Amino acid sequence: MSQFNPESFINRKVADMPPSGIRKFFDIVNEMKDAISLGVGEPDFVTPWHIREAGIYSLEKGHTYYTSNSGLMELRREICNYVKKFDLEYETDEVLLTVGGSEGVDAAIRAIIGEGDEVLIPEPSFVCYKPCVTLAGGTPVTIQTKAENAFKLKKEEILEKITSKTKMLVLSYPNNPTGAIMTREDLEEIASVVKEHNILVLSDEIYAELTFGTKHCSIASLPDMKDRTIIINGFSKAFAMTGWRLGFTLANKHITKAMTKIHQYAIMSAPTTSQYAAIEALKNGEQSIATMREQYDYRRKVITDGFNSMGLTCFSPLGAFYIFPSIKSTGMTSDEFCEKLLIEQKVALVPGTAFGECGEGFVRVSYAYGIDRINEAMDRIKKFLESR
Amino acid sequence: MEKILELLENDSTLTAEQIAVMMGKSTKEIETAIETYKKNNVIVANKTVIDWEKTDKEFVTALIELKAIPQRGDGFDKIAERIYQYPEVKSLYLMAGRYDLMVIIEGKTLQEVSSFVSRKLATMECITETATHFVLKKYKSDNVIFGEPQQDLREVMSL
Repeated sequence: MSQFNPESFINRKVADMPPSGIRKFFDIVNEMKDAISLGVGEPDFVTPWHIREAGIYSLEKGHTYYTSNSGLMELRREICNYVKKFDLEYETDEVLLTVGGSEGVDAAIRAIIGEGDEVLIPEPSFVCYKPCVTLAGGTPVTIQTKAENAFKLKKEEILEKITSKTKMLVLSYPNNPTGAIMTREDLEEIASVVKEHNILVLSDEIYAELTFGTKHCSIASLPDMKDRTIIINGFSKAFAMTGWRLGFTLANKHITKAMTKIHQYAIMSAPTTSQYAAIEALKNGEQSIATMREQYDYRRKVITDGFNSMGLTCFSPLGAFYIFPSIKSTGMTSDEFCEKLLIEQKVALVPGTAFGECGEGFVRVSYAYGIDRINEAMDRIKKFLESR
Repeated sequence: MEKILELLENDSTLTAEQIAVMMGKSTKEIETAIETYKKNNVIVANKTVIDWEKTDKEFVTALIELKAIPQRGDGFDKIAERIYQYPEVKSLYLMAGRYDLMVIIEGKTLQEVSSFVSRKLATMECITETATHFVLKKYKSDNVIFGEPQQDLREVMSL
């Protein structure tokens, strides 16, 4: 009998999947004393108390059962009401509650993409789209957005990569890691290409509430775009509810039905306690969002000013809670820069390459940290640059 | 420019330069605004919030409700003035409701506070009634929660 080799059983697609480039440094940071990190991509705020309290109350009332597969009807109604602020009109049968935005991304891609289908993924971007497409049997086709365009997606960049097999375009704005946003005018030219070539848009709008000085615009709010867009959103970033694992999708009811099929077999239903807390978040959370957004905005200005004055230039990001400064002036690669900075000054940032090849020459800096921590980290980075 | 006040109320160590960056204004504008606020006694003092229970300092805090007879022409203001001059009085509020004035007093011992109430406050001719409540524990003050320092509870994540 031949020797049992567990690795030989692993699905080839999974075995070939590269590990997340973001984790690499943080496993080191965790072991390092006095290291400070500006690397984490989740809010530093604890979920506002009135939302936590609603979750606790639901447990006291004994709401410990599954909800319907799609999620609580009251919550879906609240979501339909809430998204009107982004000029979006949806019915409750077009809403699906998911385990975070990430499950929504996976369900949407698996519902649409099959063998041979191509998906356009603008980079730098969050790391989950490519593996989800690959697992679904599709082919990820990356588009390299450019710093000189403030990392916005351009019509010409799509046209260069579009083929007869292209079925979906991923749009992830406000963007992690660059902090870029797309205005209505920017989206209009994308919408025209998408319609002309009859492809779907997966619009990840998890940072929709975190825009500064301008309101988020969803591509689904443009004429004739609603039915060909799947919106991913959720409570993690807007309401500082990452650990509650609750997101939602908005899509045409036929597509929602298809995603619900996957969701019902893989997940059953999103966490019940989180859904009750989310109702409170949507009903009474506007002030909480505004307070957190104001804090992020202060930090954004401090950190952008700090990096620019150190010579690590970055455009002023208008969304999410990241800046994406260029480190090209140091002559180092992104990986070298982050590694040396961590060893010499014990500051952890994420190399831009973790978000795609075109992230080379950049680093992602999160400002989901208190001002004191941000200032301390910037002092250390300054020392690091002066020592070169 | 009231945002300046909110920022400073939250962290009085912020410099005009830092506030300027946070608000997207010039340092000069912020300095001028702070000067004006100080001149008009809008910014009254810069203080630090301290959890004295974590130190060796011995102290007692008491909340005292006072019922008082308002004075013709001055209302409660004259009485208030007589009370807030005492250094033992940390805060003083005119209240609507069951009583008229709330005094917050700090002393070294219960005896010291009791003695202050009975000798100084209760004996004022315009005070008709006092009720003293001693503070056992301070949980939150000036929007700051006391207790242990907040830890960053976020774990390693691939995002």
